Amino acid sequence: VQFGAFQHSCSNKIYLLLVRSVSVDLNNDASLVIDIPDALCERDKVKFTVHTKTTLSSFQKPEFSVPRQHEEFIWLHDTIVETEEYAGLIIPPAPPKPDFEGPREKMHKLGEGESSMTKEEYAKMKQELEAEYLAVFKKTVQVHEVFLQRFSSHPIFRKDRNFQIFLEYDQDLSVRRKNAKEMFGGFFKNMVKSADEVLISGVKEVDEFFEQEKTFLLDYSSKIKDATAKAEKMTRSHKNVADDYNHISGALNSTAADNNTAFKKHLEKYAEVFEKLRKLEDRVASDQELKLTELLRYYTRDIQAAKDLLYRRARALADNENSNKALDKARLKGKDIAQAEENQKQCLQKFDKLSESGKKELTSFKARRVVAFRKNLIEMTELEIKHAKVRRLKCCVYHYMFTRQCSGSHGKPGNLREF
Amino acid sequence: MPDLLNEPVEAPKSDVLGEPPVHRDAARQQDVFEDPPKSSSKSSSVKKAASSEMFGDDDDDEDLFKEPPKVVTKKPQPSGPPVDVFTEVKSDVKVKPQVKDDPTDLFAEEALTAPAPKPSAGSSSSRTNGVHSEEQDLFSEVRSNLHTALRGISHSVSLFFSVSFFHIKLEEEESEDKFDLNISITNPEKVGDGMNAYMAYKVSTQTSLTMFRSKTFTVRRRFSDFLGLFEKLSEKHSQNGYLIPPPPEKSILGMTKVKVGKEDPSSAEFVERRRAALERYLQRVVSHPSLLQDPDVREFLEKEELPRAVSTQALSGAGFLKMLNKATDAVSKMTIKMNEQDVWFDEKIQDVENEEQHLRKLHVMVESLVNHRKELSGNTAVFAKSVAMLGSSEDNTALSRALSQLAEVEDRIEQLHQEQASNDFFTFSELLADYIRLLGAVRGCFDQRMKAWQRWQDAENMLQKKREAEAKLLWANKPDKLQQAKDEITEWEAKVTQYEREFERISATVRKEVIRFDKEKARDFNRQVIKYLESLLHSQQQLIKYWDAFLPEAKAIV
Repeated sequence: VQFGAFQHSCSNKIYLLLVRSVSVDLNNDASLVIDIPDALCERDKVKFTVHTKTTLSSFQKPEFSVPRQHEEFIWLHDTIVETEEYAGLIIPPAPPKPDFEGPREKMHKLGEGESSMTKEEYAKMKQELEAEYLAVFKKTVQVHEVFLQRFSSHPIFRKDRNFQIFLEYDQDLSVRRKNAKEMFGGFFKNMVKSADEVLISGVKEVDEFFEQEKTFLLDYSSKIKDATAKAEKMTRSHKNVADDYNHISGALNSTAADNNTAFKKHLEKYAEVFEKLRKLEDRVASDQELKLTELLRYYTRDIQAAKDLLYRRARALADNENSNKALDKARLKGKDIAQAEENQKQCLQKFDKLSESGKKELTSFKARRVVAFRKNLIEMTELEIKHAKVRRLKCCVYHYMFTRQCSGSHGKPGNLREF
Repeated sequence: MPDLLNEPVEAPKSDVLGEPPVHRDAARQQDVFEDPPKSSSKSSSVKKAASSEMFGDDDDDEDLFKEPPKVVTKKPQPSGPPVDVFTEVKSDVKVKPQVKDDPTDLFAEEALTAPAPKPSAGSSSSRTNGVHSEEQDLFSEVRSNLHTALRGISHSVSLFFSVSFFHIKLEEEESEDKFDLNISITNPEKVGDGMNAYMAYKVSTQTSLTMFRSKTFTVRRRFSDFLGLFEKLSEKHSQNGYLIPPPPEKSILGMTKVKVGKEDPSSAEFVERRRAALERYLQRVVSHPSLLQDPDVREFLEKEELPRAVSTQALSGAGFLKMLNKATDAVSKMTIKMNEQDVWFDEKIQDVENEEQHLRKLHVMVESLVNHRKELSGNTAVFAKSVAMLGSSEDNTALSRALSQLAEVEDRIEQLHQEQASNDFFTFSELLADYIRLLGAVRGCFDQRMKAWQRWQDAENMLQKKREAEAKLLWANKPDKLQQAKDEITEWEAKVTQYEREFERISATVRKEVIRFDKEKARDFNRQVIKYLESLLHSQQQLIKYWDAFLPEAKAIV
C-alpha cells in the first residue's frame, strides 16, 4: 500500500489520503468485504456483529450479518488448524479473549465507594470507567475483525467451507464446550508440538531459504515477545501518570471547594490544567497502546503461527526421511515394498507441497509485516506529534492566562499596542 | 451500576476514530495489521475518515485542526468564541467566567482594532533582553500553528502571543527591580571528613539597598547556620505574631550518606534538594519587610564568619514540629474558650487547618506522580533497548534501521521523562511541602495570639481577685493591708491594660501577616504553575523535534 499525501490548498495541514497501489495489494477485494460494525457487551459475553458484503456466488445473499461470540471465533481457528490441507499455510492467529477484568474491577470499586464520593467525583469516575471500557472494546473488536479479514483476503482460506458457515449461518454455531478428552488432547498436542520444536532445529535442512527462515524466526520471535512485554510496561506507566494527574486534579478541586478566599479561583484553574494534562496523557497512552503495543502483540502471535508452519514442515521432512528409511528397509527385507513405496511417495508429495506453499506464505508474511510496521509507526509518530502540539498549545494558553494574573493587571491592551 | 455492562456499545470504533457515523470504512481498521483488501470507491469519506482518524478523536482540541472552512466560522466575537477554540467545545462544560474575561477582552480588542504594528521577531526580542532564543523559536512555531488554525484572527493572535509573553517578562523584571534583593545559594561543597563533615553553601546576595555594606557579596554558610537564624528570629519575633518562615527539615539519613561520602545519584539529589530548599527559605525571609530589618538577617547575609549556632537540635525539622505541637497542646488545654470578638480569626483558623489537610493529601499524590514518572522513564529506557534488539534481528533493512532509530528516540524521550519527573518534584512536590510547613507556622501565629489573649484574661482574673481581696479587707476593716491591696490593684490594672494592648497589637500583626501570606501564597503557586507549564512546553517542543525527525525514517520503510 502506498500512502499519498497532498497539501490542502487552504492551509499547511497535511491530510493523508489512502492511495492504494493495487500491485502491492495481496487482495483485490470488493468481492468479499468483512467488518465488525458493532458489538454488545452482556455480563461476561461479548457479541460481535459480523457483517459481510460479497459478490461471490458461493454465498446465499450479497450482504448479511450474524452475531458471533468469542468462542465461535476460536472454533473457526481450531477447525482451520486441524484441516490437514492447510498445513502449508500460516494460520491466522486466534484473537485473544476479550479481557474486561480491569474495567470490571474498577466498576466494582465504583459501586462500593459510591456512598463516600461526591456527585462530581462519582460522575468523573464513571466517565473514566466508560472510557476504559471503550478502549478495551476497541482493541477486542479490532483484533477479531483483523482475524476474519486475514481469512477473507487469503485466496485459499476465503474459500473454506467452515469460514463461509461462520460468516453466513444465522443460528448459533453451538460450539460445544470442549470435553475433558478434547481438552486433554489439545494439551497433549501442544506438548508434542513444543517437544518437536527440538525436532525442528534437529532436522537437517536441505533448503537454504528455510534454513534462513528458521534462524530468523526463532531469533525474532523471542525479541518481539520481549519488546511486547516492555511496551506493555511502558504503556502502563503512562496510564499511571495520567491517573495521578486525575487524582491531583480532583484533590485541587476539593481544596478549592473548602477554600473561601480569592485563592479558590486559582485552585480551580490549577485543577483545570491538570485535568487537561490528564486527558492528553491518557490519549498518548492509549494511542501508543493501539499503534505500538497492539502491533507488537499481534505480530508476536503471527510469528508463532509462522513457526507452527515451520514445525509442520519439519515434521513432514522427518516423516519423509523416515519413509525413505522404511522403503530401504522394505526393499532389503523384500516385504511390503509397494506399500512402502506408496507411503514414501505420499510423504514426499506432502513435504513438497508444504515447502512450496510454505515458501510463498513466509514471503508474503514478510511483506505483510513490513507494511504493517510501517503503517503503524507512521500513524503512531503522527499522533505523538499531534498530541505534543496540542499539549504545547494548551500550555501556551494557560501560561499566558497565569502570567496575566501574576502581573496583576486586568488586561491593559493599551500597553500591548505599544509593541 | 450494572447499566454499563448491559449497555450496547454502538460502533465503538466510529466514535473513537472520529469517523462520521454514516460511513464506516472497514478497510482502515484492517490496515492496522494487514494490507487493505478493499479499494474504496468512497474516496471522499475515506479522506474525511482518514483525516479524522489521524487527527480526530471525540476531542475538544480537534477544532484547532479541523478543515479551514469550519474554523473560519469560529471567528471571534467579543463574547467569546475564542474561548471555544482553546477550551472545551463540548456543551456540557461550562465556560468559566475567568477564562472568558481574560482572553476575550484582548481578542476583542485585537480583532476590532487595526492590527498592531508588527515587530519582527527579531526586534521584539532585542527590546526584551534576556529572553531565551528558544522561546522565540517556540513562539514562532506556535504562531505558525495558530496561523493555520485560526485563519481570521491568526495574525493578531499569534503576534499577540509572542508579544504578550515578552511584555509580561518585561513587567516582571521591572517589578523585581523595585525590590532589588536577589539571593542565590550555590556551590554546595563538602567540608571535612567522616562524621564531622558538613556541607557548606555559597550564599550570594545582589542588592542596591543602602542598609548593606556593598552591592554584591558572598558568604559561606552551613545548614546549622540557617537553623540558627531561624532560632534567633523566632525568639525575637514570633511572640509578636510575626510569621517566621520555617527552615527546611533536618535529615539524618540524607546527611549521613553525604558524610560517609557516597557519591551516588541519591545523595546528589539530596544535596540539590536541600540547596533549593535553603534558597527558598532565605528568599522568604528577606521578602518579609519586617524581618529584613532585623540585624541578624543582615549579619547572616554579610558577615564573613558566623559564630557556630548551638542548640539547633531543638529547632531542626522534628524539633520545630515538636515545638509547634506543644504550643497547640497548650492552647487546647485552655480552660476558657476564647470569646472571639473578631469572627475573622475563627474562620481563618479553620481555613488554615482545612487547607493544611488538603495540601498534605495533594503532596502525597504529587509524590506518587513523581514516582510513576520515574518508573515511566525507566520503562522507556528498557523498552528502547528491547526495540534496538528487535531492530537488529529484523531482516528488512529499512525497517531494521527505522526500529533502531525508534530506539534512539525512545532513549531521548526517557531523558525527557527524567527531567519532567525532576520538574514535577521541584516545582510541585517541594512547593506543597513548603506550604504545609508554612501553614503550620501560620497556625503558630494564631497560637501566639491565643497565648496573648490568655495572658490578658489571666491578668483580668488576677485583677478581679485583687479587687475582691480589697473588698474583703475593707469589710474586715484591716487598714494596714489595704494599701498593699490597692497597690496590687494598680499594678494589675496596668498589666491588664498592657496585655490588652499587646493582644490588640498582636491581633493586628497576625491579621496583617496572614493577609500578606495569602498574597504570597497565590503568587508563589502561580509562579510555580507558570514554571511547570514552561518546562512542559519545553519538553513538548523537544518531543515534537524528536518525532518529526523520526517520521521520515518511518516513511522510508519499504
